[in-house]
Amino acid sequence: MSDRTGSGVRFDGVTVDYDGHTVLDALDLTVEPGEVMALLGPSGSGKTTALRAVAGFVRPAAGRVHVGGRDVTGLPPHRRGIGMVVQSYALFPHLRVADNVAFGLRARRTPKAETAARTAEALELTGMGAYARRHPRELSGGQQQRVAIARALAIRPDVLLLDEPLSALDAGLRSGMLAELARLHRELPHMSMLYVTHDQVEALTLADRIAVMDRARLRDCGTPQELYRSPRTEFTASFVGNANLLPVTVTAGGVSFAGRTLKVPAGQAAPGAAATLCVRPHLVGLGPGPNTLRGTLAEVQWRGATHRLTVHVGGHRMLADLRELREPPPLGAEVELHFAPDDAVLIGAIGTEAGHGRDHR
Amino acid sequence: MLVHTARGRRTAWAVFALLFTPLFALPLLVVLAASFATNWSGALPSGPTAAHYATAVRGEPLQALATSLVTAATASLLALVVGAWAALAADALGRRGRRVLDALFVLPVAVPSVAVGLAVLVAYSQPPFLLNGTRWIVILAHTVLVTAFAHQSVGAALRRLDPAYEQAAASLGARPLHVLRRVKLPLLLPSLNAAAGLCFALSMGELSATMMLYPPDWLPLPVLVFTATDRGSLFTGSALAVVLMAATLLVLLALSRLRTRAAHR
Repeated sequence: MSDRTGSGVRFDGVTVDYDGHTVLDALDLTVEPGEVMALLGPSGSGKTTALRAVAGFVRPAAGRVHVGGRDVTGLPPHRRGIGMVVQSYALFPHLRVADNVAFGLRARRTPKAETAARTAEALELTGMGAYARRHPRELSGGQQQRVAIARALAIRPDVLLLDEPLSALDAGLRSGMLAELARLHRELPHMSMLYVTHDQVEALTLADRIAVMDRARLRDCGTPQELYRSPRTEFTASFVGNANLLPVTVTAGGVSFAGRTLKVPAGQAAPGAAATLCVRPHLVGLGPGPNTLRGTLAEVQWRGATHRLTVHVGGHRMLADLRELREPPPLGAEVELHFAPDDAVLIGAIGTEAGHGRDHR
Repeated sequence: MLVHTARGRRTAWAVFALLFTPLFALPLLVVLAASFATNWSGALPSGPTAAHYATAVRGEPLQALATSLVTAATASLLALVVGAWAALAADALGRRGRRVLDALFVLPVAVPSVAVGLAVLVAYSQPPFLLNGTRWIVILAHTVLVTAFAHQSVGAALRRLDPAYEQAAASLGARPLHVLRRVKLPLLLPSLNAAAGLCFALSMGELSATMMLYPPDWLPLPVLVFTATDRGSLFTGSALAVVLMAATLLVLLALSRLRTRAAHR
């Protein structure tokens, strides 16, 4: 709990309803001071609603929101002291870049000299110092996004909220801005960031921890490595990275899938229990090896650096991402796939849930 | 609708000209022609003269023009303040409240303006609201009549305004009043300007309610056009009407210049 410290965000059973429809269901989550937390989920998962509850644009039907140890649930947005950057940038079109960035400082009646200094500093930090006299419409999308970030940083917030900040940019700019955001966070290590996205790459790249959301609820929360390497739910496995999810039955010392016994670490799973085996496509190899599975090649996609093979194994679809093949096998051919026992994760077996439970708080 | 063939385009222009010329252009041209005439017994007016204009821009007509301009400017300003305020307040009310307020503001337009004039006359002829016999009763009636348009166009612009601006400003620590002054009003400026133009033009041409109300010392130009025509001085009336049109158009032109300047800022 971060009640004493100066920053951080805590959701305490936050529920939000729209017209009798629950869009956020009893969210419990803590963002530590200085931490980057990504809220990852498909559209309609409640992640943006959670962010807006912190900003003060939606009123929770139940629960409390704490910022920096202070209960802000009843406070209007302008008294929360939170920086926010949205997908549409929302730069004020009638104000020049410098006036946009100075807006928050002027609204707080900051002395003139300090306003000018901090505006310049925020513009420098985002590399937009040379554009101070321009109007927003004279800037490209990426530049507008930088100004929006500078505007949010100028008020020196303890918490920065980012709502899909990169989804309006094209792919090249996006990866550049991701690196920029990571650099900003290194330069402002005491600022917590709550980053809403539906893009797993953004979440994996930037976040200290990822909160996975689906259908108004928090499904999973952990470091990117935890979520990627040992997902706790099928949803996490398929949303954080790609995954082959194979229905298996736990046996002594392994699992059985499509009539074959596979050697995987079964943990505390009881033999006979039904479970899901998660194998990442890029960890699947072609040809014989440990845990060999035989199937029919149904589809080949060439993706430049890799080939993606879709193979039907005992009525199930299995994906394999392989380093570019000189000569991919013909469609309909009988192929062998394999994976190392340590590369597979058993999900949802009875008896594993309790032992695997991660602390959300 | 796009017309793709050259013949189709020519036909469309011909139909447009056929409808536009007699309905909109000709009557105005006739008034313009009549304002320079001394006699119109044949197909065309005769006896060209500028004498009507000589009388139209001095003495009582000039006074009436000033009265009209002051009335229209004051009424538009009041309508803009009241209409914009109500639209901004309605924005916070939610859908039901907004609909009720919209209906209330449209009422003076839905009711015949003669009835509005009569209502204002009856309502303000008794103390404590004794406005009858003063210029204020005319200005009040004009304000009531044009506020609907100010309210409607500001309301429509507000609904188009992206709430993200207001929210961004609030998240930066701006109080609601600061958001209104520094973000919402500047963004609404073009529609406020357009609403001002509309209100001004409507007020400049208002006759029916004014006829019920005007005191002897506050005689707007449309009333003078009417009385001149009613006496049979058609050509003098035409000249007055042209002066009225020109003055209104000049003000609208100035307003639209301001608007484009604001948009290009």
